[in-house]
Amino acid sequence: MNEAHASAAGQAIVRVAGVTKQYRKGRQSVEVLHGVDLDIADGEFCALMGPSGSGKTTLLNLIGGLDQPDRGEIDVAGQRIDRMSSRELARWRAAHVGFIFQFYNLMPVLTAQRNVELPLLLKRMSARERRERARLALEIVGLADRAGHRPGELSGGQQQRVAIARAIVSDPSLLLADEPTGDLDRDTANEILDLLQTLNQRHGKTILMVTHDAAAAERASRQVQLDKGRILDASGAG
Amino acid sequence: MGGMLQMVLGNLMRKKLRTLFTLASVIIAFVLFALLGGLSRAFTAGVELAGADRLVTQHKVSFIQPLPLSYVQRIRGLDGVRSAGHYTWFGAYFQDPRQQFALFPTELEQVAEIYPEYTVPDGQLEGLLADRTGLMIGKAMAEQYGWKVGDRVPIFSSIYPKQDGSYSWEFTIQAIFTGTGNEADEMQAFADYDYFNESRRFGRDSVGWIVTRIERPEEADAIAVEIDTRFANSPTETKSSTEAGWAAGFAAQFGNIGLIVQLVMACVFFTLLLITGNTMAQAVRERTPELAVMKTLGFGDGRLVAMVLAESLTVALIGGVIGLLLGTLFVQGAAVALSQFFPGLAMSAATLGWGLAFALALGLVTGAWPAWRAGRLNVVTALARR
Repeated sequence: MNEAHASAAGQAIVRVAGVTKQYRKGRQSVEVLHGVDLDIADGEFCALMGPSGSGKTTLLNLIGGLDQPDRGEIDVAGQRIDRMSSRELARWRAAHVGFIFQFYNLMPVLTAQRNVELPLLLKRMSARERRERARLALEIVGLADRAGHRPGELSGGQQQRVAIARAIVSDPSLLLADEPTGDLDRDTANEILDLLQTLNQRHGKTILMVTHDAAAAERASRQVQLDKGRILDASGAG
Repeated sequence: MGGMLQMVLGNLMRKKLRTLFTLASVIIAFVLFALLGGLSRAFTAGVELAGADRLVTQHKVSFIQPLPLSYVQRIRGLDGVRSAGHYTWFGAYFQDPRQQFALFPTELEQVAEIYPEYTVPDGQLEGLLADRTGLMIGKAMAEQYGWKVGDRVPIFSSIYPKQDGSYSWEFTIQAIFTGTGNEADEMQAFADYDYFNESRRFGRDSVGWIVTRIERPEEADAIAVEIDTRFANSPTETKSSTEAGWAAGFAAQFGNIGLIVQLVMACVFFTLLLITGNTMAQAVRERTPELAVMKTLGFGDGRLVAMVLAESLTVALIGGVIGLLLGTLFVQGAAVALSQFFPGLAMSAATLGWGLAFALALGLVTGAWPAWRAGRLNVVTALARR
């Protein structure tokens, strides 16, 4: 079913096959994901839903190359990331993935402009080119006029926009968002979701968004339900 | 690079008061380092100034026991001896007993032969030798007291009264010598021995110690033994050594200054290590989620290690340089104020070099543990703490 969905919407950019992940809690070993299979097509906006402890963030971390599965395969943009070393994964993340967090996770000592420039420090690029690209990313999220402000001088919604600009500035193939509206009021959350939809529809970004919020999930083109470490439903929506 | 530099500086300025206190503790430690380094140098300056071709002969029992004047001629007669001169501690001070300086009654015509590093302007030596009350002083001393050639100065001796019972001796400044090289001691004076010997109430025909300049430095030990053998079993036995050995022994009378300085500095730096290390560890611990985000963005372990080390190095090097500069200023000020007691008090390039090396080491050591932890940070665990 997943493969059928991927071919219908486009080539799969993410392929998760038989992924199992365990964590140790003291002497006990807890299996969080039990043989998960999931394909996400290139250009898709996918919402990953499920109750707390269902394994949503764990799956997101695995797809983002922040963690390694115990078993199974993860292929993102044609690369087997489950076989990469931590050094290779760091390079791969810098090139292919943009992360958006619930609590924005901006550097408080840097201005919005410098926060957005941060991922570009890892690329061979002149300071001027970095500045221009960061400025463009801030324009896309509608915050070019706040470039010189520090995170503490911005509202929650504005900070999340800066975080989104940081995620897209290096033009990654995949955006991973972990509860991006979880810390925002409804109106601001809608603005952020509008922005994500624009990035998906107008700029062709593939987005995987973890959320509890059904209203947020409805903005996605597909909703995937995860419960107790297993995919329950991966129907098309929206 | 600019972005990382801004991160490093921004992180340091995040808690200004904490950074300021840490910086202050580093500065104080390095001021202390510079002061103790200068002091240690003052005690060992004599060793550095010592000539390789000079021997010093003193009474076997003690430095303060006099030697017969006749010994000088007997030493001059030995093979391998180029010249020999005698010196006596006058216990000189000018006006105030706290304004002490080194004044040695000696054979003035021998000074240039024994100490070729001292240069007297043309014409002054003749005037000096022609005047029994003539005094030859160092340039630094002349500048300190504002003395010039021709000035008559009353100088007190804390040891030797004149025949009339007075401790006040009249001298005329006849020569001002300059020392070649920065190490030469210009805070001393030389007077005519005959004038001193004939005028003093006691101790006639005795001298404090004898300095022998030899032809070949490699014969120093053999000639020293020969001198002591010559006066063995006499009422006044001698002890001869190289000038460096004699100066080191003289400095050792005050205790092992070098060891004391090292122990004090070890305590200071160990305490500093604990303070700065703890502060750095705390500062990095507070930023664990931010470091995790940087890793998420693709910053490798090496870059995070370098960033944390850059922070600790910045604090240590800025504090170290400011501390050493302040310490140098203090030492220079003290060198002027205490020139009578510590003519060798000065900041050496070696002390500054060691100071910078210690600052570098301090930055690396205090940053090592937090940097290692930053490098080893587990992103998933760190982000979950948020």
